[in-house]
Amino acid sequence: MELLAFGKTGWGDELFYATLMTIAVSVTAMLIGFFFALIFTPLKLSKFKSFNLIGNFYTTVIRGVPELLVIYLFFFGGSGAIMYVASIFGYFEYIEINAFITGSLAIGIISGAYSTEVFRGAIQSIDKGQFEAAKVLGINKFTQFYKIILPQMLRLAIPNLSNVWQITLKDTSLISVTGLVEIMRQSYIAAGSTRDPLLFYSIAAVLYLMLTYLSMKIINRLETKYSKGY
Amino acid sequence: MVSSFPKLLGATVITLKLLSASLFFGLIVGLLFAILRLNKNIFINKFAYGYSYLFRGTPLLVQIFIIYFGLGQIEYLRSTFLWVILKEPYWCAIIAFTLNTGAYTSEILRSAFQTIKPGIIEAGQSLGIPNKIIFYKIQIPIAIRQSLPAYGNEIILMMKGTSLASTVTLMDLTGVAKYIISTTFKPIEVFIVAGGIYLFMTFIIHNFIKYLEKKYSFSQ
Repeated sequence: MELLAFGKTGWGDELFYATLMTIAVSVTAMLIGFFFALIFTPLKLSKFKSFNLIGNFYTTVIRGVPELLVIYLFFFGGSGAIMYVASIFGYFEYIEINAFITGSLAIGIISGAYSTEVFRGAIQSIDKGQFEAAKVLGINKFTQFYKIILPQMLRLAIPNLSNVWQITLKDTSLISVTGLVEIMRQSYIAAGSTRDPLLFYSIAAVLYLMLTYLSMKIINRLETKYSKGY
Repeated sequence: MVSSFPKLLGATVITLKLLSASLFFGLIVGLLFAILRLNKNIFINKFAYGYSYLFRGTPLLVQIFIIYFGLGQIEYLRSTFLWVILKEPYWCAIIAFTLNTGAYTSEILRSAFQTIKPGIIEAGQSLGIPNKIIFYKIQIPIAIRQSLPAYGNEIILMMKGTSLASTVTLMDLTGVAKYIISTTFKPIEVFIVAGGIYLFMTFIIHNFIKYLEKKYSFSQ
């Protein structure tokens, strides 16, 4: 048990900070995902075939390729791509990008593909009459989206978004391969230096279970809040 | 880009082996636990729920690491015949994938069993068919048909999951891709080839499930 003590002798505080890091990466990735969904959902629902193609390409490729491969692409390709861009502007030094940024971006793009599908499904399941009624009443497109479509859409999207959140949370364990010290990486380090992998990986499992359990509780509360009036 | 293709294609065989083995065992485990979930005994029921909760609430990576690195630590296990299996990363990966996909499959099958209309079972009973035969010949086929779309997704998720085998030194498609990237520093080219192979497999699985859905649809 003393292996888990807080302070210099144990791994307790390290694991605690690693858990915070996992939460930080998950939240950042989820927000980046929302940003991507905001771009690609309209593309997928657009009337123009070429826009649809771009949207479908994004969601199909990301959802059909393993997360680990996407992370390797970002990890090995990220600094190369940035250095290439920098070289255009006349900067030739070696640039190393932060593991946190690479990791959140990679997971964010993956999470964005799932979020896009969720938003698309939610918008499509809203009755056509709602759009028509808004049009007939002369409500402009902006108000129509924020005041009529979005509130109805959120109610439909929250249960599925909670799944996306769980996937994102679990996917963050994969960024440990890039060296970012989150739960998985910290357990790996601790297991390596104490030669007690069973204990530390079990603790990692418990920490992840706690995170998924807590987020379930919070999401359930959100769900009841947004389904009021139905 | 061209020179890496044969190597990656060779590694695809390992990915497919891992996938088919874990899906086969996972389906058995999933069916078993789905039946346990429907059991009226609260302990059996809770046990099956706990299993699926544990494996669905933790990342697959943790599960592989516990089985590959963690179980080897137990002295007792090393002396039993299980050690022959547990010292091989290949079998550890298959065990982890099986238990993981088994948890998801049990949930899919459970919800399929629960959506079967009671009238169908009652019809069977009133025709004097024994309960066992109702279960094997009526409930299981309907449940399998019901769960096809969700199970198709699970197959694709599992295919992507096999990429984690590369973290326990197995040279599957992702493992070889990473090796080529780190030796040639051409991440984008390798990503396109390896990603293309994965996408091709996704495409085949997707269409195969669609074909099955059509073939076994209720309305003809």
